[in-house]
Amino acid sequence: MAEIGTESKGDKKTRKGKARKISTRIDYTPMVDLGMLLITFFMLTTTLIRPQTMEIAMPSKQKVPESQQTEIKASRAITIILGKDDTVYYYKGTREHGVDPVVHVTDLSSGGIRRYLLQRNYDVVTKVLALEAERANTNMPEEEFEKKKSELMNNKQSPIVIIKATDDATYGELVDILDEMAICDISRYAILDINDYDLSLLKKLKA
Amino acid sequence: MTAMTDVAFLLLTFFMLTSNFIQNEPVMVTIPSSISQLKIPETNILTILIDETGKIFIGMDGEQKRMEWLKKVGADYNMSFTPQESKAFSLVNSFGVPIGQMADFLALTSKEREMKENLLGIPADSTNNQFKDWVREARIVNPQIRIAIKADESTPYPAIKNVMNTLRDIDENRYDLITAFKKKPKITES
Repeated sequence: MAEIGTESKGDKKTRKGKARKISTRIDYTPMVDLGMLLITFFMLTTTLIRPQTMEIAMPSKQKVPESQQTEIKASRAITIILGKDDTVYYYKGTREHGVDPVVHVTDLSSGGIRRYLLQRNYDVVTKVLALEAERANTNMPEEEFEKKKSELMNNKQSPIVIIKATDDATYGELVDILDEMAICDISRYAILDINDYDLSLLKKLKA
Repeated sequence: MTAMTDVAFLLLTFFMLTSNFIQNEPVMVTIPSSISQLKIPETNILTILIDETGKIFIGMDGEQKRMEWLKKVGADYNMSFTPQESKAFSLVNSFGVPIGQMADFLALTSKEREMKENLLGIPADSTNNQFKDWVREARIVNPQIRIAIKADESTPYPAIKNVMNTLRDIDENRYDLITAFKKKPKITES
């Protein structure tokens, strides 16, 4: 392919004493073909997207001795129960003086559970928003921002969310609700197994 | 023509440097999306793949480590594998067969392995929890390993709960959920 051809014009009458003009043109077509082929190969077999992850830490199985347990105020606790087809049940606090907490029904949309969580965590959310605005204006380093944000999120008044899922829920819904925790700047949450008490509350609600 | 060659090779270099190979997975899952922006590391990952029916597949990176892994889990079940089988196992990205059928599975070609009847899933029920042994041994083979769960959006919760409880039994309380990226919604004051 790569040919070093001689000029055809001068071929017939080769004059003595004068150097023949040699053109050194190389045909690049196969090289481009190869390049394109390799590009196609790489485009088809590789991916540019690296998946994201969401880190979770589950409570350990070891029982914490009673003396080391920290009491939390029942008013800070919110229990969220995932039901069928994006339905979400939530109640505040726990059973007190023999009175069951009021169970509310909502869904996973932005006007549903998020609205409630944002209201409950209003102080922290507004402070984090202010911090984000500050970061946009001044070029605050990422580490400092994260540190300040986690300080804000560890607020003593902020709600503690307990996430439980019924057997009708799906994995997608679980991830969605964990996502809501990140959106609503809630730092303390746990995924627990649903217990009989919660099921009885749901049954009562449906009746 | 030179210009075109330049462009072609420039693009080629770009693709080679920025992309990574698609990992061949036994089942296709639609992962849920989240606003989390953490990227998953490329090495030292134990991927737990759960399909929409709750079948479990697992895979680990590192061919040497995979061989050791198979040997260790085999030893738990009083099974040994031939060097050929172990070599074949080291090339499997992700698998989901009960340990009893492992030898048969490894004898198949990679095309046959992807057929429906060979996608059994690793047993993880309370009486026969092979999944637990696979994860436990993976931790021993590679102490730095990170566990990542990649499950289908529509997987029923009980299947996930079973996996999570199994991980809890062997004190694996920190793991990653693999998600696709979603933009963080704007929060407006209201």
